[in-house]
Amino acid sequence: MTEPSLFQEITDFGSRANPWPLYEKLRSQPVWLEADGSFVVSTFREIYALLHDPRISSDPANLLPEFADKAGPLAQAGSNLPPSFIRTDPPRHDTLRRIAMRQFGPPHRPDRVDKLTPLLEDVVTKLIDGLADRQQCDLVDDVAYPFPVAAITGLLGVPPEDEPRFSQWVGPIVDSTGKDSPEVAQQRADAFQQLGMYMFQLAQSKRANPGDDMLSGFVTDDGPDGRLEGGDLFSALILLLIAGHETTVNLIANGWLTLLRHPEALERLRTEPDYAVRMVEELLRYEGSVHFLPNRTAVADIEIGGTTIRKGHPIVLVLASGNRDTECIPHADRFDPDRADNVHLAFGNGVHYCFGAPLARLEAQLALTQLAKRLQNPRLVSDPPPYRPSPVLRGPIHLPIAYDGVLPN
Amino acid sequence: MVGDEALMFDPAPSDDQRVKVLRAAAACPVQALQVDMADLPLPPPGETVVAAKGDRLRRDGRIVIVGASLAGLKAAEQLRAEGFSGSLTVIGDEPEEPYDRPPLSKQVQTGFVTSADTTLPRRRDVDAQWRLGVAASSLDLERKRVVLADGAEVEFDRLLVATGVRARPWPVPEEAALDGVFTIRTRGDAAGLRERLMAHPSRVLVIGSGFTGSEMASVCVELGIPVTVAEAGPGPLSGALGGVMGRISAGIMREHGVDLRTHTKVNALQGEDGKVRRAVLSDGTTIEVDVVVVALGGIRNVEWLESAGLAVGVWGLACDAGCRAFTAAGLVTDDVFVAGDVARQPQPMFGYQFLAMEHWGNAVTQAEVAAHNMISGETDRWPHLEMPAFWSLQFGHNIKSVGVPPIADQIAITQGSVESRQFVAAYGYKGRVVGAVSWNQGKWLDFYEQLIEQAAPFPLPYDMTNPPADRTPVPAEFPERTYPGREATVVVTGHDPSERRAVLVRPNRRR
Repeated sequence: MTEPSLFQEITDFGSRANPWPLYEKLRSQPVWLEADGSFVVSTFREIYALLHDPRISSDPANLLPEFADKAGPLAQAGSNLPPSFIRTDPPRHDTLRRIAMRQFGPPHRPDRVDKLTPLLEDVVTKLIDGLADRQQCDLVDDVAYPFPVAAITGLLGVPPEDEPRFSQWVGPIVDSTGKDSPEVAQQRADAFQQLGMYMFQLAQSKRANPGDDMLSGFVTDDGPDGRLEGGDLFSALILLLIAGHETTVNLIANGWLTLLRHPEALERLRTEPDYAVRMVEELLRYEGSVHFLPNRTAVADIEIGGTTIRKGHPIVLVLASGNRDTECIPHADRFDPDRADNVHLAFGNGVHYCFGAPLARLEAQLALTQLAKRLQNPRLVSDPPPYRPSPVLRGPIHLPIAYDGVLPN
Repeated sequence: MVGDEALMFDPAPSDDQRVKVLRAAAACPVQALQVDMADLPLPPPGETVVAAKGDRLRRDGRIVIVGASLAGLKAAEQLRAEGFSGSLTVIGDEPEEPYDRPPLSKQVQTGFVTSADTTLPRRRDVDAQWRLGVAASSLDLERKRVVLADGAEVEFDRLLVATGVRARPWPVPEEAALDGVFTIRTRGDAAGLRERLMAHPSRVLVIGSGFTGSEMASVCVELGIPVTVAEAGPGPLSGALGGVMGRISAGIMREHGVDLRTHTKVNALQGEDGKVRRAVLSDGTTIEVDVVVVALGGIRNVEWLESAGLAVGVWGLACDAGCRAFTAAGLVTDDVFVAGDVARQPQPMFGYQFLAMEHWGNAVTQAEVAAHNMISGETDRWPHLEMPAFWSLQFGHNIKSVGVPPIADQIAITQGSVESRQFVAAYGYKGRVVGAVSWNQGKWLDFYEQLIEQAAPFPLPYDMTNPPADRTPVPAEFPERTYPGREATVVVTGHDPSERRAVLVRPNRRR
């Protein structure tokens, strides 16, 4: 057995709580060729360049055959479905994304996310109200996890009475680690099937009786690019569920952890009205939840960072490392919400820039602000907390905290 | 939004929108939205602030900025951001505070915002004395004074020239004076034109189809007003983007019902009772019009400098890469700086050609470099090496460009398809990439910017995603350029090296 590479050390579970010193070492070389043939990119400038490089492909068909089975967890979900836009290249990508965006954001629905604000506030209020009878909780299970499900159901237009059933299917689907046991895999497959049938029926009823929600839009409001049919629609919905889920759970959990480690920021969040916006932006940079983008390849050899990335090999863009690159970001290891022009890679960049970014930002701003204002004397029970297995979507699996009481909202 | 990527925003949101605005600005992936911060507490001084100890100029020098527009404001902000604590005077011929011009031919005309709402946001309090509504009329370099039109004089230790460009008026004064004939450069122009467009004119004639002319044609289409475009050249935008793009633009204009006449000049504008009524075109036709928009480019505002002994001409005021103005003899000055549309600067990335970039982003970055250099020592000066870039919104399309396409000899479509209006084209000069333009594909331009910076080979020698049907380079078809050097600019006198002098030959002013 050869010595593990730096990147293997990073993906090792033991590094999950504190990968930052390893990322710093990783940045001593912008691009690494791993023994398995993949290229790992560690530095801000190179990642940024590759995110805008039209030789980079997100379409797994462009991987050489020997790498074809190594696509990441997002790709495996519902593998019998056509690829969602996250796994396609332009022009197909642009069309699919435009159709999906038509129901989510500008230019057609610039107010969609903003109009969710009261609903999201209400959900957070109730979740935090639920902490009042205790002086300890698990911030992940009690707040960070249930919140995004409520956001998605609200967005899609799942009736509130169906929410328990819906959440029960969403759980096994979004919890995929990519290494499921046979039982878990079966659970997942069942969940897929049931969710699929549910969504199909819901789509039918929305077609007959549309509301002001995304699913109604998908089945009734065609734009110039037409509509998502059959598998494309289901792929898009699954993508919205998965990509909009664990990422946000982790953002809120990482965020609360970071705030408890930086009491001065927590105090300012309580008192300064505009602080949440830049605090969350800095949080995305400093403790973003997507640590790598593992699903890219190249359609031509690319000379970059003193190396040649070879055509058809997998490329791993280590966003979290780039976000701490002191070559491009002054005092990158300091959590500093006041920094100017905070350009970060937490949502990627270029044409695949995170579709759900506006929602993720809003959810984190609302949840963290209300937690800061309402929890009295909050503190960590253990630091570091236990982490989820995934090195890609990194965050605490539980975040036990203690507090003296809960103020009313 | 125009298409998928161009953001339109209300530049003067009400206070209850405050958090939403901050959210939006924070969410911009390239941090390109600037929020008015003048009423917020000052941010702590940045790390670029050099200790002001013993630096008299930085501490209590007198800096005068002539030109109260984008470049002038950005320079003022940069000076204060870098710790300049002396006196700052901003002189502007228009009565208003600095405002933003790009919306004047777009959102203002469609009614999305009013021209009064285009005031530029302040990123900090600049603590300047504003002398607005009175133009600078001359410069006395010997005594270091700017002379104003009202006879007042303002002394300076360092001067920034940011007087920009004015619209080139219709060349026949009697015709230009007809009611209904507009140029579009100032807020006043924009407000007047908007009012006239709202009165349902039967037809608008746009003379010239560069970016402003094309945007105005697009506005008319959006407002449902019949519009004729008279273009002396082969097609819209062909001066800036070449003949290939010109044909594409022409196709788009015609698809939208614009009566586009290429290779056509306007021979005369005719009026009745002082109002414009008809235009006689060189194709032999006469059209009935109520509104004429003259979009023939600009004239650089350098006349006030003609007696100052600086290197001025129709191409602007020449300066070094650090924005220090040249004298007429080609010596670099220490105290006179220049930024914005009026600055003509060598472009190291493009063979050191002296180019004036009339782009919004250029005004910002050049102003920042000029301001920095105005208060910095020789070893701390910055060169202005920003990649030229601009954008235009028309007919629902977002056009963006990087580099300097007009110096190219070839063009090749590199990504996407022209038919779908979603594509990128690269420009090459002698086998190197010098520019790129995108139609509704702006997110790729960072890549091309890098290629230009690296003088990468053209045509691009590798495969890319979303390949076009045909990526063979073709001639870029730019109009033949006139070179500044062909005209006499100075008369040189004296024999001994210490006596040699150069005096500007006053150009015949073009009106």
